[in-house]
Amino acid sequence: MSEPTRAYWVLPLTFFFALTLMAFPLDRPLSWYRPEWVLLVMVYWAIALPHRVGLVTALALGLLLDVLKGAAIGQSMLSFAIVVTLARLMYQRLRVFSLLQQSGVLFLMVGVHQLIAQWVLGLQGAHSPGFAFLLPALTSALIWPLVFVFLRALRRSQGVR
Amino acid sequence: MGCAIKPLFIRESNLGLKLAVAALVVAGLLVADLRYRGLTTFRGAVDTVLTPIYWVANVPTALGEWQETTILSRKSLVEDNDRLRRENLVLQGRTQQLASLQADNARLRALLNSTALVRDDVLVGEIIGISPDPVRHQLLLDKGAEARVVEGQALIDADGLMGQVIEVASTTSRVLLITDPTHSVPVQINRNGVRAVAEGMGSLAELAVHHVAATTDIRIGDLLVTSGLGGRFPIGYPVAIVTEVTRDPGEAFATIIAQPTAALDRARHALLVFSDPPESDTLEVVASGE
Repeated sequence: MSEPTRAYWVLPLTFFFALTLMAFPLDRPLSWYRPEWVLLVMVYWAIALPHRVGLVTALALGLLLDVLKGAAIGQSMLSFAIVVTLARLMYQRLRVFSLLQQSGVLFLMVGVHQLIAQWVLGLQGAHSPGFAFLLPALTSALIWPLVFVFLRALRRSQGVR
Repeated sequence: MGCAIKPLFIRESNLGLKLAVAALVVAGLLVADLRYRGLTTFRGAVDTVLTPIYWVANVPTALGEWQETTILSRKSLVEDNDRLRRENLVLQGRTQQLASLQADNARLRALLNSTALVRDDVLVGEIIGISPDPVRHQLLLDKGAEARVVEGQALIDADGLMGQVIEVASTTSRVLLITDPTHSVPVQINRNGVRAVAEGMGSLAELAVHHVAATTDIRIGDLLVTSGLGGRFPIGYPVAIVTEVTRDPGEAFATIIAQPTAALDRARHALLVFSDPPESDTLEVVASGE
């Protein structure tokens, strides 16, 4: 096997695209269904390259997402830190899971992320929209296999290690 | 074995401790942001970094608009032109009296010893993004610190008040809409001057007017305008129209729902209002009134 370049540009680029997908304007009813792209991409890299994606990446991405969403600074940072820790605790298991099982785990991870978002929103004095806040967890779990297959293909073709 | 071979599984050390430290730092940030509002400048700086993302995300919309404006039939252009000319004529007709009305108004206000209403300057901003979080009603404008946008500035469209600037980056700024669940705007009923506060409920079509006594004279169809109290919003811009008044004899307050007059989810362009009245003018009018 030839020594692959470590392709440092791949990770930032995927994060950039994930953030762009988050920023892409959607109609308000439709935006309830927007998957948490940044979280999905981060979890993939945390499973695939746990030595490169950890707490620091999670905090940085969380900060960018908080500002992008106009949320309280710290909201996504906290949930991303928790999710990335979960991912690093279980990455050995997650790697041998089927895509369906992984989707189930992702549902829980995005659920945690959304729950913290609700909690912070409550701190700001807003009332909860009901269980609609779990919709992104559902769509994220549904889209996960696609994200996984796409990012794995990208990682293998570019030799990202 | 050495380090020649990358180990298949890295050994994790103190994951829990690291998370706890991170959580503490984040909790500090949350408190600083929510409790003390100490991070707005920082937020603006991060937003400046994020600007390329906003531009890329806006490309499809911008392309759609470009296609709409460049690929138009001659017929529709002529029709548009005709319509605009008619509208312009009507508006010009209406403004003829404006000068004398303004002078009248200034004189009367001077008689009443109140400060003059200064005509507000506006800056046209284009909406280039909305908050991806459906529970947060925020817009992103293409004007920022370079266009002298300041925090707290009001945003209006042709029909009424939209919101206020909460964060300024160098070339963009972020606006909190009046319908955001964390936003309130001081209003008064245009018909009789009764004051109230209109709060956002997280729905683009509804504002709640809380703490209005059940006996207050407020009816369906009443126009709520900004009262200027609180010093945030300039006075006199339409905010919402009352659509629902429920008076329950068992409750001290009436339940009032109003619909924002501005096209919060349809507007593409909006106006930033510069409303700080120059000190000297105000003093002059007051002095001449005395």
